[in-house]
Amino acid sequence: MTIPDFARLSASALAAKVDGGNLSPVDTIDASLLRAKEAASGKDSLNLILWSDTDLARRDAASLVEVMARAGKGGRLAGIPLAVKDNIATLGLPTTCASKILAGYVSPYEATAITRLREAGAIVVAKTNMDEFAMGSSTENSAYGPARNPLDVRLVTGGSSGGSAGAVAAGIVPLALGSETGGSVRQPAAFCGVVGVKPTYGRVSRFGLVAFASSLDQIGPIARNVDDAAIAMEIISGPDPKDSTSSSHEVPAYRDEFMPLATSPAPLDGMTIGVPAEYFPESLDAGIRALCERSIDLLKSLGAKVVDVALPNTSLAIPVYYILAPAEASSNLARFDGVRYGPRSESAALRDMYAQTRSEGFGPEVTRRILLGTYVLSAGYYDAYYKKAQAVRALITRDFRDVFGAGIDALFTPTTPTTAFPIGAVTDPYEMYLSDIFTVTANLAGVPAMSIPIGRVGGRPVGGQILASHFCESTMFRVAYALEAALGGEAHQ
Amino acid sequence: MTAPAYEMVVGLEVHVQLKTRSKAFCGCSTSFGDAPNTNTCPICLALPGALPVLNERAVELAARAALALGCTLHPVSVFARKNYFYPDLPKGYQISQFDQPLATDGCVKIDVGEGEKSIGVTRVHMEEDAGRSLHDRYAGVTAIDLNRAGVPLIEIVSEPDMRSSKEAGAYLRTLRQILQYLGVSDVSMEEGSLRVDANVSARPVGQKELGTKTEVKNMNSFSGVERALEYEFARQCGLLGRGEQVIQQTLLWDALKGEARVSRAKEGSHDYRYFPEPDLLPLLLHADWMSTIKSSVTELPADRKKRFVEEYKLGTDEIDKLTSIPITSDYFEAVARQSGDPKAATNWVMGDVQAAVNASGRPLSEFAVRPADLAQLINLIRDGLVSHAAARVIFARMAETGKPAAQVAHDLSLLQVGDDEALSGWIDEVLAEHPQEAKRYLAGEKKLLGVLVGFVMKKSGGKADPKRVNQLLTLRAAG
Amino acid sequence: MPVTREDVLHVAELARLAVDESRVDHLVQELNGILAHMDALSAVDTSAVERNISVPVDGTPLRSDSSGPLTMLTARETFAPVMRDGLFLVPRLASHEDAPDSAP
Repeated sequence: MTIPDFARLSASALAAKVDGGNLSPVDTIDASLLRAKEAASGKDSLNLILWSDTDLARRDAASLVEVMARAGKGGRLAGIPLAVKDNIATLGLPTTCASKILAGYVSPYEATAITRLREAGAIVVAKTNMDEFAMGSSTENSAYGPARNPLDVRLVTGGSSGGSAGAVAAGIVPLALGSETGGSVRQPAAFCGVVGVKPTYGRVSRFGLVAFASSLDQIGPIARNVDDAAIAMEIISGPDPKDSTSSSHEVPAYRDEFMPLATSPAPLDGMTIGVPAEYFPESLDAGIRALCERSIDLLKSLGAKVVDVALPNTSLAIPVYYILAPAEASSNLARFDGVRYGPRSESAALRDMYAQTRSEGFGPEVTRRILLGTYVLSAGYYDAYYKKAQAVRALITRDFRDVFGAGIDALFTPTTPTTAFPIGAVTDPYEMYLSDIFTVTANLAGVPAMSIPIGRVGGRPVGGQILASHFCESTMFRVAYALEAALGGEAHQ
Repeated sequence: MTAPAYEMVVGLEVHVQLKTRSKAFCGCSTSFGDAPNTNTCPICLALPGALPVLNERAVELAARAALALGCTLHPVSVFARKNYFYPDLPKGYQISQFDQPLATDGCVKIDVGEGEKSIGVTRVHMEEDAGRSLHDRYAGVTAIDLNRAGVPLIEIVSEPDMRSSKEAGAYLRTLRQILQYLGVSDVSMEEGSLRVDANVSARPVGQKELGTKTEVKNMNSFSGVERALEYEFARQCGLLGRGEQVIQQTLLWDALKGEARVSRAKEGSHDYRYFPEPDLLPLLLHADWMSTIKSSVTELPADRKKRFVEEYKLGTDEIDKLTSIPITSDYFEAVARQSGDPKAATNWVMGDVQAAVNASGRPLSEFAVRPADLAQLINLIRDGLVSHAAARVIFARMAETGKPAAQVAHDLSLLQVGDDEALSGWIDEVLAEHPQEAKRYLAGEKKLLGVLVGFVMKKSGGKADPKRVNQLLTLRAAG
Repeated sequence: MPVTREDVLHVAELARLAVDESRVDHLVQELNGILAHMDALSAVDTSAVERNISVPVDGTPLRSDSSGPLTMLTARETFAPVMRDGLFLVPRLASHEDAPDSAP
């Protein structure tokens, strides 16, 4: 049975049809697999998906049918095809981080977030393309070639979760998982015109997420609308005894908290939304600025009080990030040594085996960051770089605490300084790093942030970013939901 | 001109495996000797995406050890990554503690016959063990077993306070005894649950500044440590005596050749790039938890020795023998208390018990004669129900069968006969069978008493109570 | 503090990465280019936060000693590059006779 509008339906609408018996999970999975096949074919192959197993997905759909027959109902995501970034451990499909060093590696265990989504009825249909080990902002740093933007194949998807954002934008899945370290969900979501969430650090278990920078990493959902993202967040959030850094903070029913307010006539009544000047530099793309201003006017019309705020240490975020993230990465990626798993470059001497395996296994950006991270941690440089960066990180965090402590409920900013750029256009590493300039702050401070589509410039999607205080995802969703509704079709124009 | 006299300066780093059921950061078993890599999981194999979670018991044992070493436990300590590549180090880093360790500033008191001396303990920190590299299992390759990877350890770092190999040996033996008393570790150098690295330097007597030190590793016994220190000290004295420099380096002790040679591992390549472990939060110890742990610290060897001297009035030599191993001293104390006779308990535990346990090749904890049984046997002797000679026979049978003393004595018919009727019967028979001696004895020749008692004992098969026989025969002579 | 060729070679050695001789100068340039931006941090006054940086709110959670191991749904042999008799094999260390039984 074909599903009309499959590529545009929300996850909640689709799941409701499956749960109500109007659609079979087999149908939803087949529709997804068909879309995936179309998107991968021809010279305009989007290259969004690295690994999929049609038979496995159909078997999972068939067993869900049985479960539903026994239980009389599916889960909240019954029959929802799910695309998963290739750095999240899944059973049955490879987990390679788009790196040659993990070619063929299939995890013998599964990430906590995946287990929770499967228990809610979701079915993993694909592992998606990404920048190798999540190091990049364009999904060009993949050992398996760059992903292409479904809206314009000449453009990048953004990254590093480009495959996941692209799969949602291309109508392959209504819901996907990405991971964030410095903006890797929000930035590609912005570039592809979809919704992407970076949860509060500790909100979602990292167990099974291949570590890039442990103190910054979070798994986050990518969806077609705010509601679906909130549903996914309700499912994947919460304490996990297998992740020492996961928070024991109770997970509220996000939708129950924001829906009644967001659907009232003045949904943002009583809220104060801050607009930080540091996120609107003179160099900001004029089209992006105009779309942000339109959104700010809408926020006011929805009842919010909009005020100017200052986050004075914002400009330090990129230097801090590009010290701390590579430092942690240099250590996190030491385990890829060809001893216990992954391909090995055979050599007579152990030292050569290590060096050959790692040099052949890692791509240029990963190599660059390992070298950089090793350098800033090495004897004599630790204090000047790593320790100093930690101290400045504390200043950046304090900026946010000061703002949220002074009665500001949420912040509104552009997600990115530019729209999606052509594949191959950015070659200087530092210029590429600047793509994350508006997103890294939330990772460094640990606060939740999300990007929603707020319009287009020259046909290219623009994302608006909403940030809230630690564990205040409900507030963030309330603003996002109201703005999304107010924008309506203009979000994609 | 005489060569200057040099003084040895030693500091020790001791790694001790903690006796937990599961590893420090994952639920895998710590059991020793299982098939290779069977006690491994995604966490200790460092599979992509796996994360560590700290074992509560490991923290308890580490804290208990630190307190027993007189250290200050820190309410906040921080795990750090020590980064280096080695095939038996799965993550490419070891989770350890660096600038904020669990505990600092303790001491261990030793006595090498020159009075008590205090050796400073700089720090006690928690870390995880590496796996094992087997270099000689297969030709041309090294085989890796990760069963040990992730087993919890504490590292105990001493101040350079020891001045001789004898002091170093005494420090290690005292340390081992303390840890054994606490039950935090098996502390066996042979099985690798206790490992020692030594920092040693030489300086002219009277000089304040420390000389250049070398690190000596790879010793597998306490006496090996002492020998290695002597060897290295002599080598350094030789260099200094010739006006040469000691080079700071790592040496590996070869117990078979009795020499230490320079490790070929590149010096200066140890840049461990420590930084705080982001996968774990700081370890917070609350005041009430710390006081619970403090109260769980059992009596330490030095305190127990003192108490035994006061309570049981035993000699220094006996005390040392009885308290060197905690289980022996527990056993002794139970026998002493239940029998009410510390002197007899001492003799039995140091004599027949020790001999029987040694002969069995099993630990005292598995010995068939439990303290209550031995106490009963001692009481049988005290009450005159068995002779001392019979008691040793009974004990031997108890050790074989595990049966109580009274039952064994009964089974072997070794209970002494003390009732006058039976004894008088034997006396009558003996006097009838030896008329000459009887006549002379009854006529007043008192020196024959012993001979007659002997005859009675023989007739009774050793069961007659000699004291009573003596009394009865004396009565006859008087009558 | 500019990065030198020696720094790059030292760091590559620490990270067990084989860096092609022809790439070293380029990497020196690249790392210096990136690190130049990091120098902005040295001018920042962080004294206020450095004092409170080590006052954590939450402690690391603790696990029961009797919690069992995680299940692995595929055998080690399925992902190990070289395994014999349950042991992972690697080329023998050049100085293996000097290597203690395990890493320090």
